[in-house]
Amino acid sequence: MSADKIGNVWVFVEQDNGTIADVSLELLCKGKELAGQLGVQTEAVLLGRNPENLCSVLHEYGADNVFLADDPALECFSTLPYAKVLVELVKAHTPNILMFGATHAGRSLAPRVASSLGGGLTADCTDLQIDDFMDKKNQCLLKNKLMQIRPAFGGNIVATIANSWQDPQMVTVREGVMKLEDPVKNRKGSITPVPVKLSPDDLVIKLIERVKADKLINLKGSQVIVAGGYGVGSKQNFELIHEFADTIGASVGASRAAVDAGWIDHGHQVGQTGVTVRPRLYIACGISGSVQHRAGMDESGTIIAINTDPDAPIFSVANYGIVGDLNDVLPKFIKAYKSAQK
Amino acid sequence: MSLTCFVFVKQVPDTHNISGDAMKEDGTVNRAALPAIFNPEDQNALELALRLRDRAGGKVVVCTMGPPAATNVLRQALYMGADEAILVTDRAFAGADTLATSYTLACAARKYGQADLILCGRQAIDGDTAQVGPQIAEKLNLPQMTYVEDVSEIRDGKIRAKCQIEGGYEVLEGPLPMLLTVTATANVPRPPSARRLMQYKKASTRSELLQKHRGRDYEDANLLAEEEDKLKSRQLWIHEWTAADLKADTDRVGLAGSPTKVKAIESVKLGKHEYKDIAPTDQGIAELTKELIAEHILS
Repeated sequence: MSADKIGNVWVFVEQDNGTIADVSLELLCKGKELAGQLGVQTEAVLLGRNPENLCSVLHEYGADNVFLADDPALECFSTLPYAKVLVELVKAHTPNILMFGATHAGRSLAPRVASSLGGGLTADCTDLQIDDFMDKKNQCLLKNKLMQIRPAFGGNIVATIANSWQDPQMVTVREGVMKLEDPVKNRKGSITPVPVKLSPDDLVIKLIERVKADKLINLKGSQVIVAGGYGVGSKQNFELIHEFADTIGASVGASRAAVDAGWIDHGHQVGQTGVTVRPRLYIACGISGSVQHRAGMDESGTIIAINTDPDAPIFSVANYGIVGDLNDVLPKFIKAYKSAQK
Repeated sequence: MSLTCFVFVKQVPDTHNISGDAMKEDGTVNRAALPAIFNPEDQNALELALRLRDRAGGKVVVCTMGPPAATNVLRQALYMGADEAILVTDRAFAGADTLATSYTLACAARKYGQADLILCGRQAIDGDTAQVGPQIAEKLNLPQMTYVEDVSEIRDGKIRAKCQIEGGYEVLEGPLPMLLTVTATANVPRPPSARRLMQYKKASTRSELLQKHRGRDYEDANLLAEEEDKLKSRQLWIHEWTAADLKADTDRVGLAGSPTKVKAIESVKLGKHEYKDIAPTDQGIAELTKELIAEHILS
């Protein structure tokens, strides 16, 4: 590929049983924006068994072209055959950028693909921008590179990472981080069928059983969220978070520390390694507010922070702050809400 | 049957318990102020390997890449029950991203020789990338199972494991050798055994042995060799491998072998920010509630 011609922006599309993962559509929206800045096309890579009917949705969300790999062996996600197809495709077309949702599947597939291509991969980006990058080691200015922004080191720093090697520049992004734009109805695009050639070595892992519940918690779609952190203190105290949420008709969220402590399931986790939310109201209870947590909620409409520590960073994004013990504040909140409803 | 399990572990700064002096004035991380710990999910990987070995027989080998101080997590692994330990260390490895790290670790696994299972923790708490495990698998041309919660069976050269997926789980079966990444929900890692602690606290690398004898009159190199043999015969020898030992391509390790470069690092400084202070009293909260309802923020 000549130096002045850069490749397209690609999104790996995750689908399960005919349902496209939200994160893939969010990435298509972001991909379209980045492709616009670079003056290239947005392309989706769709693998599965008879997934062709999903192409029109991908076109409507911004894909100019869909690479379509249709094979019975691709029915359920499996790292080895998916990686094989993707690596061959990348080698043939040299995309500039390749994005994956940071789901279980994406986080198993992306590193395998990156290793095979010998390319760079940045996990859990919270922002992506186009900018120039001075490669100090090789003393050359790299134009229009993807700036991969992510918190690191327990959230004490935010790093901007750039890829100094050949394309593609690969990233994973959590669900909810990029904004889902409205689809453009009847937007048309092309479909490029992809030949699937798998060897027995690609199919050595057999699926014995698969249990998948429908998504029980829809934090992303909630208008009001009450979230508990390490300051809640115990699993027993977490009941108060649930009670308060039930009272005001909110969903329950949590910080990573509360999830790690085993007080609540990971599906409730808000933040860089959980889900990003933008509710009308977010009430943070006993959450100190690491940058990873704030990255997942600071675009909420109104934020109320309840914390015993007046210096907790959560107050830096709050509209209302209550310095106090949540075990004392929440019962008062419940009482006030109930009496206001009368 | 007898099983050889090769477990990759990492020493990480304890990012979950960061104190105020962890950041320097200039906004960079003061690593010295952070306690170094055995990465939690690597302990789950080690625990799984130990249980499989106890069931089937065989041995558990632990390996880490890091500075000499990382030997401490290898000793902790020995206290827990590992049979053999390898430190992969070289200045050339510094500044490695996940691609260069996985290349280096894959070289170490190759140098060690045939293992039935290679195990890693799902991810390390300093970077949270979960990339190194699958990248090692690709480099060794091995199949992989990620997010492993349980291994139900190993028989006739095959392994069956339960793996987390989005909103549920899968049971997968595949051939050995296989690479697994193990989650925190897989098990509760055993504490170090007091007996093993007494036994293995003297386990050391060659560098540590040299350090110990520094300044002494060591004209007789045989003496050092003798001590080395003594440690080896008591299984107290921790292997120490450099880039040269691994026959690693120097262009593929450390900063030189890392496609991703850090362009900028910003410490997270919070700007001055005004918020409305609500008194934690019945009256304060009642007024707030009324305001939220009046503005249709609460219904």
